[in-house]
Amino acid sequence: MKKGVMRPGHVQIRVLDMDEAVKHYKDLLGLIEMDRDDQGRVYLKGWTEVDKFSVVLREADEPGMDFMGFKCLDEDVLGQLRSELLERGCEVEDIPEGELKDCGRRIRFIAPTGHAFELYATKKQTGKWGVGNHNPEAWPRGLEGIKATRFDHCLLYGPNLDETLDLFRDVLGFDLAEQVIAPDGKRVAQFLTVSTKAHDIAFIHHEEPGKFHHASFFLETWQDVLKAADLLSMTDTSIDIGPTRHGLTHGQTIYFFDPSGNRNEVFAGGDYHYPDHEPVTWDAEELGKAIFYHDRVLNERFLTVLT
Amino acid sequence: MEESYQVTEQCSGQTFRCKAGQSILKAMEQQGLKCVPVGCRGGGCGFCKITVLNGDFECGKMSRVHVPPEAIEQGEVLACRIYPLSNLIIECRPQPAGRLASEHTTTKVLR
Repeated sequence: MKKGVMRPGHVQIRVLDMDEAVKHYKDLLGLIEMDRDDQGRVYLKGWTEVDKFSVVLREADEPGMDFMGFKCLDEDVLGQLRSELLERGCEVEDIPEGELKDCGRRIRFIAPTGHAFELYATKKQTGKWGVGNHNPEAWPRGLEGIKATRFDHCLLYGPNLDETLDLFRDVLGFDLAEQVIAPDGKRVAQFLTVSTKAHDIAFIHHEEPGKFHHASFFLETWQDVLKAADLLSMTDTSIDIGPTRHGLTHGQTIYFFDPSGNRNEVFAGGDYHYPDHEPVTWDAEELGKAIFYHDRVLNERFLTVLT
Repeated sequence: MEESYQVTEQCSGQTFRCKAGQSILKAMEQQGLKCVPVGCRGGGCGFCKITVLNGDFECGKMSRVHVPPEAIEQGEVLACRIYPLSNLIIECRPQPAGRLASEHTTTKVLR
């Protein structure tokens, strides 16, 4: 049942070198730099996003994800969800308005997988970059590189998938869209949606908590994915795998790494999910095909290389 | 001719040339060798951890979790972020127990 959580709104990613990272996310991935703050964080977004920013880069000694935020319908919903998280026994941290520039108060909690998530309802809306919402043209001129259209989802690695699914489903209103089940019946991967997208957040079982697998960005077409691959080669950027298709969600994809070793994905297409749909299930024996539909073989690096 | 150095990986006995300014992981990959595991290639994941037994090198930025400052002193570094200043002898040991071992357990579960 929907609880008023709308969509993935932002992700804060740690990078080892800010200049190199900005070059990657702005010039290569094609995000728009929107702002910087006095902590040195850089705020970016995909050109189709209406809110001011969706990716925040923070320079640190260790790469990975600081937190991922979901935007809620309004402040009343936010207050309600805060109460429900507390009732559930979650520790909740209140982050004041303005800690992220032009973002309202945020409610932070740690999921059983060890990852920090946030809910918020207010963020400055600057409109779609370069086109706005009044007689908008199809796309703006002046986009760079891969021209990523929006931040779409994250895949995170950690333990306690069952408890995490319960929390996201019961308190936050997500649905289980796809899953991978091991022969012993244990769910080892879960793709959750709070919209009709195939995934808004995904988790894969891993003993070590709080690990970051990738942040993903949406492209319109397979041709765009191919051109992304061209640009990755032109810039000698570290590619993980692709271009290929996933079995899970059936998206067309390529994976690569930012200069600090954080994995990124750009993808096109993919399935859709409505709340009355049964989850799609893959058997763990078919995991090779589930992850890489054409190779049908697991790439060890995809499963084990994390930040 | 462009300056290059010889890198020898002691466990496999494999040897390859690495240009000045090039990371030794990249040189290894370009020559089709696999004596060091390849991860993110960005100093972040710790997959290509090696010990430099002999020789001089420069370091790029590496995740502090995988390479704390005291480890650099011991020559424990990431192959994707070191650039030789002389011939190097390196060692890529099998991955230690603990964290990486648990990752491998996870992989088996997924299979």
